[in-house]
Amino acid sequence: MSNPSNLKYTASHEWVKIEADGTISIGITQHAQELLGDMVFVESPMVGRKLKAREECAVVESVKAAADVYAPVAGEVVAVNSELDSAPEKINDDPYGAWMFKMKPDHAADVAALMDAKAYQAVVDREAH
Amino acid sequence: MDAKMVDFGGWDMPVNYGSQIDEHHQVRRDVGMFDVCHMRVVDVKGDGVRAYLCYLLANNADKITLPGKALYSAMLNPSGGVIDDLIIYFMTEQWFRIVVNAGTADKDIAWMKQQAATHAPKLTITSRDDLAMVAVQGPNARAKVWQVLPQTKTATEGLQNFQAADCGEYFVARTGYTGEDGFEVMLPKEKVEAFWYALNKVGVKPIGLGARDTLRLEAGMNLYGQDMDESVGPLESGLAWTVDLKSERDFIGKAALLANPPTRKLVGLLLLDRGVLRGHQQVHCAQGIGEITSGSFSPTLEKSIALARVPKDVQVGDTVQVAIRDKMLAAKVVKYPFARNGKGLI
Repeated sequence: MSNPSNLKYTASHEWVKIEADGTISIGITQHAQELLGDMVFVESPMVGRKLKAREECAVVESVKAAADVYAPVAGEVVAVNSELDSAPEKINDDPYGAWMFKMKPDHAADVAALMDAKAYQAVVDREAH
Repeated sequence: MDAKMVDFGGWDMPVNYGSQIDEHHQVRRDVGMFDVCHMRVVDVKGDGVRAYLCYLLANNADKITLPGKALYSAMLNPSGGVIDDLIIYFMTEQWFRIVVNAGTADKDIAWMKQQAATHAPKLTITSRDDLAMVAVQGPNARAKVWQVLPQTKTATEGLQNFQAADCGEYFVARTGYTGEDGFEVMLPKEKVEAFWYALNKVGVKPIGLGARDTLRLEAGMNLYGQDMDESVGPLESGLAWTVDLKSERDFIGKAALLANPPTRKLVGLLLLDRGVLRGHQQVHCAQGIGEITSGSFSPTLEKSIALARVPKDVQVGDTVQVAIRDKMLAAKVVKYPFARNGKGLI
């Protein structure tokens, strides 16, 4: 599965989708879910929490490991996808559909400065070697 | 077979071929096979092999008198710590076969030879590096092995649980590490690839180390290096049932076990809150603090489970608190195994 070109990415394997209202949706990439394997637990941040860029704010746990999820940019959590509480496997089934939380970024320019799909793919390729 | 590989004690091992949870269910419900070529087979031969093992091991080798019968035991150091856990098979009064863990094999063999040098110098102790091992596990495992190795059926269909038959090139044991029925097959290395693909051809799916770990955890079986090691004794590792302190028999570590009664014990935990129990998390009990030794998600129970070493007065039914990141989550102390023979037991 290739990484959608309409999304932004981080080196810590989050994807970021810019919504029409200026908020961003955040999830974990295909590469991250594949490394972790079967997801069994998701811990989301509280709505209203103010996050710094790269702050640990959520956790995904597969059968084999736990992994932190980081805020891609500074901003405030405005929504969480509670559907994942009872169905964490959606992250495996549809990583780019299973958003974990939404943020209102402090600065839109921070989002624009994140990696595009091509730059992220280069990160993944480097990790493989 | 497209597997994700990982380094496991110097061996390149498959973690999972596809979904680890699917692989787990495959074994509980049907049949799966494990490449366990990393496990080491050791043959001990000669006069007095039984007496030697009675001294070497915490469990009593005198319990096995039926040919092929197997016994699980800890091998202790003089201070009562666990050097390794292993299975011994009684074949004849001149030959016992031992299967030890991969990561400890060289240390084990050196220890066995050192003890033999002073207690049984005439014994030969041979590491069977010429043998490979495949575990075929699940309710349909035996039928699949017979389909591929029909020549072993007569010798193996009457095997009890924990009993093996030496069928020439194939040594077939009704043992495993999953809590399911099945065989562990030891065979010449040059035959293992053909055996593996023949099993796959009759529908036996390969299972990775990931599912092997959740299967053994559900079955309440210890993992060496995680649930026990040289710094802890068998009585604090859930292995009291394998240690015979009542008979007159002396064995390495016995004096230390008698001199140091256990203050902790291994219990099962079932997480009541949402999350996943993992090794090394602290367990807060009314009687003090313990630690999870193995924890994961149980695909059979669809809940998180763990083995934990806690103060000895903690009781089944107690609720304890597990520190997971910045939270304290409630878990119930339960009797394990958690699942065996296709069924959850909690």
